Amino acid sequence: MAETTDILVEEPILEVRNLQTSFFTEKFEVKAVDGVNFAVPKGKTLGIVGESGSGKSITSLSILRLIKNPGKIKGGEIIFKGENLLDKTESQMRQIRGNEISMIFQEPMTSLNPVYTVGQQISEAFIIHQNMSKKEAMLRSVEMLELVGIPSPKQRVKQYPHELSGGMRQRVMIAMALACDPELLIADEPTTALDVTIQAQILELMEELQDRLGMSTIMITHDLGVVAETCDYVAVMYMGKVVEYATVKDLFKNPKHPYTVGLLNSLPRHDIDLGEEDLTVIQGSVPAPDQIPEGCRFAPRCPFASDICQERLPHLEQSEDGNQIRCWIYTDEWDGDPEVNVNGKRTS
Amino acid sequence: MREEVNTGAVIPKTAPNPTLVKLTNLWKKLIKNKSAVIGGILIILFILIAFIGPHFTPFSPNTQNTVNKLATPSSEHWFGTDHLGRDIFSRIIHGMSITLYVGFFSVLIGTTIGVVLGIISGYYGGKIDTVIMRLMDILLAFPGILLALAIVSVLGSSTENLIIAVGIFSIPVFARIVRGSTLAVRKLEYIDAIRALGANDARIIFLHILPNVTSPIIVQATLSIATSILTASGLSFIGMGAQPPTPEWGAMLSDGRNYMWDAPHVATIPGIAIVVVVLAFNLFGDGLRDALDPKMKN
Repeated sequence: MAETTDILVEEPILEVRNLQTSFFTEKFEVKAVDGVNFAVPKGKTLGIVGESGSGKSITSLSILRLIKNPGKIKGGEIIFKGENLLDKTESQMRQIRGNEISMIFQEPMTSLNPVYTVGQQISEAFIIHQNMSKKEAMLRSVEMLELVGIPSPKQRVKQYPHELSGGMRQRVMIAMALACDPELLIADEPTTALDVTIQAQILELMEELQDRLGMSTIMITHDLGVVAETCDYVAVMYMGKVVEYATVKDLFKNPKHPYTVGLLNSLPRHDIDLGEEDLTVIQGSVPAPDQIPEGCRFAPRCPFASDICQERLPHLEQSEDGNQIRCWIYTDEWDGDPEVNVNGKRTS
Repeated sequence: MREEVNTGAVIPKTAPNPTLVKLTNLWKKLIKNKSAVIGGILIILFILIAFIGPHFTPFSPNTQNTVNKLATPSSEHWFGTDHLGRDIFSRIIHGMSITLYVGFFSVLIGTTIGVVLGIISGYYGGKIDTVIMRLMDILLAFPGILLALAIVSVLGSSTENLIIAVGIFSIPVFARIVRGSTLAVRKLEYIDAIRALGANDARIIFLHILPNVTSPIIVQATLSIATSILTASGLSFIGMGAQPPTPEWGAMLSDGRNYMWDAPHVATIPGIAIVVVVLAFNLFGDGLRDALDPKMKN
């Protein structure tokens, strides 16, 4: 089955083509990422959105080749600055990690080593990639803490992770990730573990630093609010596949895939009164990994599903504006209600 | 009413190193544990005796005096004399350094190799883990003293070979403990984070995992010293360890057993010395384990 691989993006810094990552258990293979395509334009932010288990975190770990046993990248290409990362040796990858592509993790409370000061941990980046002496690295660490907006960085640099709040630790994580001036930053749910006011601060900081340092970002999140706030492009993932790829404007204005529409509708609204049912939900739940539907992955939960959806998996089709959609409704082969209006319910 | 609120920049206090905080807590817990205190004091005392004692003994440990052999304890010979008329007190004091030397160095060998094997096994997992751990299982399958005995018979009997043999015999215990702790630590997010920063395996293992698995190593090392001393004395007792005339306690005990009826002190005094040293390390090790165990507060 041929997938659309050409993505209309000018100057992509990272292009993921037909990425397949699987986890092998004794009985079966779980295809966590199953033929994912997307591109990150230079200096822009791509959001990857999906429920738990949609493969968004595995996608990000695959980019840095940090997938551990029993997981394996089975195929595809990850083109970073014109070179396929899957062809690199492990030591070449180490040169890239933290230096050209960095990552911020979800849990700031456990992402810092408890036995080292934050300064020593930020220094690691300089020591590993720039061969700096410990003293020099510590001075640079102070600068980094200042950059991420931590007050009195000279004192903070000597503190241990347990002395800092969650928001502070996430700032330290950002400082570590940005230490070597990476060209691509992967943020895996950077604000999920933080409370709302801190979330806003961290997102603002990331946006500001992105502008200042001119890097590209992949923002992995399940929070559409975060996407609206920070991203330029969005890839919506469902069960290891990208179901919709669009600019953030188009996605929120005119969501096409029934899953995207469902996600947007299940956001709590305070501007309109929905009566009894304050929250709409997507019916059903994500199927178990050994019960992957034969046709469209979303068909069992899709309110519009017709015969073709149950039988065959739709392709990722590209429209003229560069947005992509994986749904039979938007193809000539659609055999259901010709008048179907997927996002008609949402009045905005 | 308005109150003045200080909104100036707050300068954070530099808090103490968590390792130091841990050490202070550890110290407090240790002090509360009476048997650990006794064990600790005895160990310090033994170390002092081992270093200073030999300079102050009334007799040389190997001077024979056949006229005054198998003498009972007296003001001149505090612990009596053995079958060659050597002063047992001087021999015990000189033997202390040999005992501790064997104990410390064999555990040092065991800890170093065991920790490296265990951490590699736990970190890499898979085939490497299977191979290393099955090798450790093979070592553990032998009764410890039999294994040490086999190694000494291959290498030849001397104090150095005794240390190597006892060291090898304590490797698997360390490998197992460290592997277990490593398995827990390597899954933590900060290890992923440091890997995402481009650190290589050696850096992750020795700079980021090792400092987080030290407390079980320390406890096991203390307890292993006791076992090693016992094994080493056992080997010397059957003539496979330190060779005469070295004043090794196991060898002294062995010499004395021929005169059990005529002069029981020749055999019992080295025996008591071994018991006291082993007991001191066990008491201290147990106390240390209780103090380091996060599940046992107070």
